[in-house]
Amino acid sequence: MIEVSNIEKSFDGTPVLKGISCVFETGKCNLLLGGSGTGKSVLLQCIVGLMKPDIGSITFDGTVYTNSKIDIRQEIRRKIGMLFQGAALFDSMTVAQNVEFPLQMLTPEMSPEERRDRVEFCLKRVGLENAGNKMPAEISGGMRKRVGIARAIAPHCTYLFADEPNSGLDPATSIKIDNLIHEITHEYNITTVVVTHDMNSVINIGEHIIFLHQGRKLWDGTKEEILNATVPELRDFIFSSSLVRAAKRIDEETEGGMAAFAEEGESGAGI
Amino acid sequence: MLKTFGSFVLFLRGMVSRTERFSVLWNRTIDEAILIGVDSIVIVSIVSAFIGAVTCVQIAYNLTNPLIPQSTIGYMVREMTILELAPTITSIVLAGKVGSSIAGGLGTMRITEQISALEVMGINSTSYLVLPRILAALLMFPLLVILAMLLSILGGYLAGTLTGVMTAQDYIEGIRTDFVPYNIVFALIKAVVFAFLVSGISAFKGYYTTGGALEVGAASTGAVTNSIIAILIADFALAALLL
Repeated sequence: MIEVSNIEKSFDGTPVLKGISCVFETGKCNLLLGGSGTGKSVLLQCIVGLMKPDIGSITFDGTVYTNSKIDIRQEIRRKIGMLFQGAALFDSMTVAQNVEFPLQMLTPEMSPEERRDRVEFCLKRVGLENAGNKMPAEISGGMRKRVGIARAIAPHCTYLFADEPNSGLDPATSIKIDNLIHEITHEYNITTVVVTHDMNSVINIGEHIIFLHQGRKLWDGTKEEILNATVPELRDFIFSSSLVRAAKRIDEETEGGMAAFAEEGESGAGI
Repeated sequence: MLKTFGSFVLFLRGMVSRTERFSVLWNRTIDEAILIGVDSIVIVSIVSAFIGAVTCVQIAYNLTNPLIPQSTIGYMVREMTILELAPTITSIVLAGKVGSSIAGGLGTMRITEQISALEVMGINSTSYLVLPRILAALLMFPLLVILAMLLSILGGYLAGTLTGVMTAQDYIEGIRTDFVPYNIVFALIKAVVFAFLVSGISAFKGYYTTGGALEVGAASTGAVTNSIIAILIADFALAALLL
């Protein structure tokens, strides 16, 4: 479980995060939802330690991360796996070498054979068992995201972060990536935090959703609750999606479209 | 200016404050030494051989006084090569080739979040990415300068003898006259200092790149120009201090 308490962050005097407090639960896909420029990625970077918040604290399973000693921060960082927006694969390495890299660096006690087995397992887990020898430039965007997930889980991460995992992907591939993140979260009982502005992801994998607006947390709840939320900013955000608007229209016309819409997401089949 | 210098010092301190395992550092340094050193042999060889040749021909052109022995040409080629041309010109060439490569490589890694990926894994990215590059440069620049000295003197010999401006005997006599071994030491000290400046400045420029592809290009250009200016200032300072 990750606890975020009263986080504030400003850039050149402009506040970006304004006293955000929230909890990311273990074994669930926690979604940070919001429009562009609402501070989602900044909050994520503060949590993983790429940025230092001005005020506030972040706790990983009871261990305070912010302002703690470098050894403690390093120890926590080694439990973190992260999928970046552009996958951030090392372009001078093959797919297999990318997945092996954190094992080489973080677990020197592993033998080369153990590392190779783990790489094979992780690549197989994300459905890329035949792509190990390819270079990142030779594979598609969706495959790169899957390699990013394999690299994140390779060292047995406890916390998985994903920054807009669906950006630049077609809807079908987006659903596959969402489902993969969802399955991995439950398979390994890890704490997953996904930054997104995609309502498809919310319906598909959002077990705990935190809505940010202009640097503040305005709402949190489940995907079943989000469609009935009364916060105007959240409703504006949700119903700016054509897909959701269409579902709402069907709901009004057929009495039950929205329910079917939520059920579709819950079944993992997507929209 | 002062703020940038302070950031540079902090950047270097971060690089050595928490280093990776020795085996990782060693392997990375060898990889970088191949990129910085071995891959630069051809360009350094061509540049230094031609500089030696041109130096020889131009000195011969200017030495028209029959009272000055022809062997003076060889002597002057050797002195100019060892003291100035080999270390300084080689380092300027390497600032263009290696400096832009370091800044471009790190800049691209920065904007594609590869550096962030290392940091999230708990790896000290400056220690992993920058320290091996600086160590490799410190190792390879002096070796390339020694190669440049040899090829420059050989270039002068070939140019002098093939164009007929002097005999081989005169040239060899000239390069053996009044040889001061300390000049070699001085040239190697310069090579080490220039190596640090080129690799350090280029890495700093690349590591702190923000933005996109345009900024990566700007970082590479800035790395080369700043490195060359730093080389020239250090060249003067070292000559004033050590000669």
